[in-house]
Amino acid sequence: MGSSGLHPAAIDWMALGPLIGVCLTGVVAMVLEMWRPRMNNNGIVGVCIVGLLVSGFLVIANWNRPGGESFGADYSEANGAVGNLGLFINDRLGQVIQLLIVGITLVTVLFSEGYLREKRLPFGEYYPLVLWSAAGGMVMATTRDLLIFFLGLETLSIALYVLAGLSSKERRSQEAALKYFLLGAFASSFLLYGIALIYGATGTTHLSGIAAIANTQPESIATFSVLYAGIGLVLVGFAFKVALVPFHMWTPDVYQGAPTSVVGFMAAGVKVAAFAAMLRFIDVIVFTSSVWITVLAALAAVTMTIGNLIALAQKDAKRILAYSSIAHAGYILVAVVAYGASKSGPYEPLGQSTVAYYLAMYGFMTLGAFAVLSLTGRDGKEGSTLEDYYGLYRSAPFPAAMFIVFMASLAGIPLTGGFLGKFLIFRDALSVDMLWLALLLGVNSVISVAYYLRIVQAVCTEEPGVVRSRFAPVNAGLFTACAVCAFLLIAGFVAADPLFDWMGLSAPGASVVAGLPGR
Amino acid sequence: MSLVIWMPLFGAVFLMLVPKDFVAVHRYGALGISILTFIASLSLYGAFSSGTFHFQMVEAIPWISGLGIQYKVGVDGISLWLVMLTTFITIIAVWFSFYVGHRAKEFMVYLLVLETAMLGVFCALDLVLFYVFFEATLVPMYFLIAIWGGEDKKYASVKFFLYTFLGSIFMLIAIVALYFISAEKLGKGTFDLVALQSLAAQGDLAALPIQLWLFAAFAVAFAVKVPFWPVHTWLPDAHTEAPTAGSIILAAVMLKMGAYGFLRFCLPLFPDATIQAAPLLMGLAVVGIIYGAVMAAVQHDWKRLVAYSSVSHLGFVMLGLFSLTHNGFTGSVLQSVNHGISTGALFLMVGMIYERRHTRLFSDYGGLKRQMPMFAALFLIVMLSSVGLPSMNGFIGEFLCMLGAFQAGFEGRAGIPLWMPVVAGGGVVLAAVYLLWMFQKVFYGRNDNPENKRLRDIKPWEQLLCWSLVLFVFWIGLYPKTFTDEMEASLNGLRHQVLQQPGLRPQWADTSIDVNARGDVVQASNRDPNNPGNWTQGKVLVPADHQVRSEQVAARSERE
Repeated sequence: MGSSGLHPAAIDWMALGPLIGVCLTGVVAMVLEMWRPRMNNNGIVGVCIVGLLVSGFLVIANWNRPGGESFGADYSEANGAVGNLGLFINDRLGQVIQLLIVGITLVTVLFSEGYLREKRLPFGEYYPLVLWSAAGGMVMATTRDLLIFFLGLETLSIALYVLAGLSSKERRSQEAALKYFLLGAFASSFLLYGIALIYGATGTTHLSGIAAIANTQPESIATFSVLYAGIGLVLVGFAFKVALVPFHMWTPDVYQGAPTSVVGFMAAGVKVAAFAAMLRFIDVIVFTSSVWITVLAALAAVTMTIGNLIALAQKDAKRILAYSSIAHAGYILVAVVAYGASKSGPYEPLGQSTVAYYLAMYGFMTLGAFAVLSLTGRDGKEGSTLEDYYGLYRSAPFPAAMFIVFMASLAGIPLTGGFLGKFLIFRDALSVDMLWLALLLGVNSVISVAYYLRIVQAVCTEEPGVVRSRFAPVNAGLFTACAVCAFLLIAGFVAADPLFDWMGLSAPGASVVAGLPGR
Repeated sequence: MSLVIWMPLFGAVFLMLVPKDFVAVHRYGALGISILTFIASLSLYGAFSSGTFHFQMVEAIPWISGLGIQYKVGVDGISLWLVMLTTFITIIAVWFSFYVGHRAKEFMVYLLVLETAMLGVFCALDLVLFYVFFEATLVPMYFLIAIWGGEDKKYASVKFFLYTFLGSIFMLIAIVALYFISAEKLGKGTFDLVALQSLAAQGDLAALPIQLWLFAAFAVAFAVKVPFWPVHTWLPDAHTEAPTAGSIILAAVMLKMGAYGFLRFCLPLFPDATIQAAPLLMGLAVVGIIYGAVMAAVQHDWKRLVAYSSVSHLGFVMLGLFSLTHNGFTGSVLQSVNHGISTGALFLMVGMIYERRHTRLFSDYGGLKRQMPMFAALFLIVMLSSVGLPSMNGFIGEFLCMLGAFQAGFEGRAGIPLWMPVVAGGGVVLAAVYLLWMFQKVFYGRNDNPENKRLRDIKPWEQLLCWSLVLFVFWIGLYPKTFTDEMEASLNGLRHQVLQQPGLRPQWADTSIDVNARGDVVQASNRDPNNPGNWTQGKVLVPADHQVRSEQVAARSERE
């Protein structure tokens, strides 16, 4: 770290507001949990919702304030890098991702309570854990310092390890927690080792260090090999977290075993946070070597293809969605790769808007889908094979109808945000001359339709056979969660224009978005 | 314009809010909405003027302006009839679906949503908007088959969805590619069909090898929809398993989306590639005609026979289309409408009998003529119109298609050999074989199945449905001018867009030119803003029979 000591500067409380809001809400929820008025969690849920809403407003309040990094040690002098560097960055990407994570958490909290009650998991600590996990994700998205990023990641993960094993009576939940923990620890060590190597090569854990060294003449081959090894290991760590093939092995088991509401949060929140951090990482590593783009493009290709092909063979709805989330990680990676390539190559710069938009849409469609799937949890039991969903449309017509929206969005069918997201990825891939990735993505979309249709068929068309499946009644929370997710997906498609303007993540001066003449 | 497109959707939303126990509200509500939509589309016909090939009643609103995507809709002589066909057939489909008792509310909602999507397909003038509607038709149709279909509904619905989706996803990539090409040429990317066609008219859109790829990406999407042999296999399954209303709409409207796609996008945007690909696609059309007819002749299942006959009939549509002649084009659009009416009516009447007997096998029927004389008479008319008997609609359409194809064959236009139309002619004979055979099996012979004894003739409202279709069978058959007049200008414009050299191709974007009644491209001045078909003719720019350039293109491609 910086050698000349910290100079305490005025802390920008406003910029930290959302993060503090979420953490504090978690603490209040925890205290409330010990007290437990009326022996149920309604009070906790209420506090969480209010706290998250306040945090969301705080993010929006930050929207147009001057950004920049704060909590800085003076790296700048030590490394000759210019700019105001620090541990925390307040920029538009960070704000969008923060808002997204807050939104995802809010929807999770909305539909969790009913599910947890039906599953006889009346643990109040569920809510603080979810909130703290979200706070970890927010930290990941708002820093350019690798150590702070690691801190955020661990906060996010440790809470999730506990949450995955929440249903301690079920063996598969225990298995999920253990598997998640072991492989998560494995990934963390990769990441930490990579960070250490980068530190060794650059003398700083701040991402600007990598950029600085890439711009200078190589001091020695050794420095570069250490740097490359470090970057490679950090990428492996990322690959574990967002479940890229071949680092995806934990995903289906964990998704199948963990409580459904947790899985929804996991699938949406973790990917959002990790990809946001990855975007910041890609920002600098593309200048060290072009090999990273090639490697990541290959990973994206393998990930979406394998993810989709294996999903075809699954019989369990949660496993299908697990593989679908792997495939979607591949799709998002295509966008990330295109973004990186446009930065380093002779192309027009692409903004971060595609990745941010896709993450937002992906987050809500996945979360919505899991919310509907959580309806099979009843009387402490839960089935997740496709047969368990037969006749769901009968007992829960509204969630079943919304489920069609979520699945259409996942498959990339128009009138939903998932379609526009895929469309943007096609555009980005073509704009950096990666036609082959675009074509592969197209083929994969077709494959994915096959298994999405199977789930839709189970939920919306099949009649229950001899054994009638029983479903939890639809409560207001779940109803709202479905409605919010579906609304956002359709609004994200219909009102994409104002949304992009508002996000303001498009590349400055690019003609593709925002910079058009006459705007 | 937008009113017509969106009215069914608003109706669907309204019906969604009505509890599902009010079945009558849903039935009559849906019927009322579809009739209102039809009336609204009649007003389109009233406002339409046949004197111009430019798009009319265009509405353009920037939608995702950052990406150059617009909400832009409008009609010309080609889409006008397909819009009318859609709104008309939907009434038939909705009314007949009064038979649906199981989940009736959802059925009506899906039908109305489907109508909006189909209308959008025929009106969209922005490539992304078109794609959005094109894909949006899949979802309601998928559910119609998957929920209310026959025994094999699961398989059929997934197959239907996958085939169409597979075809169209590459079209999406091609659409994005077009955006980048236009961004390079115009400095600003666009998905606007009119703007892209201007580029194509100047020969600036894409050079030949790339143009062929783009053409292929679009063509695959439409070929699946038409369907061309060998990507037709989803059709017999989907048509057979779909509920009657679904079959009617599939056959009458959704297949036309393929033919329409070729006419609207492939031909004007990729003229050079079209000429190169014409012999191949025409060959496939001929194979489809014969193959569909032969397959139809060996079916035991009533609905499957009609489904295969669709493959055969749509082959004629494609035959006319790729003859690249005026007659061929006219026949192609007219036959699209005809097929919608005739085959729609066939599926409707098969549906009527299916609702009574719940079997589709010929072996279960025989001698129905005695018990159901009116039904038999109506069926005979519809069946003969499908065969192509003169004075009925099928004859006009097929005759024009064949005429165009022979014309192209004799001229060797675009390298189309003469044997293709000759072989295709055999399809007309085969159509008579299998359709008459079907009629014989069902209505003549001995009525020895006791189940059939209780059958009575069809009810008055069902007769009304049939008569309304039969009206058009004779109208088109006896006085096709009502219909062809509206298309003339658009089809002449289209022909010049395909066949002329870059620079001579008329542009939709350029309103100072137009097409006169003879088919010449002429300068147009003093255009009446209220009636775009009213203008003063100036200099003739391209005479109607201007030397086609197929030979030149062929020579050029050989050089390359």
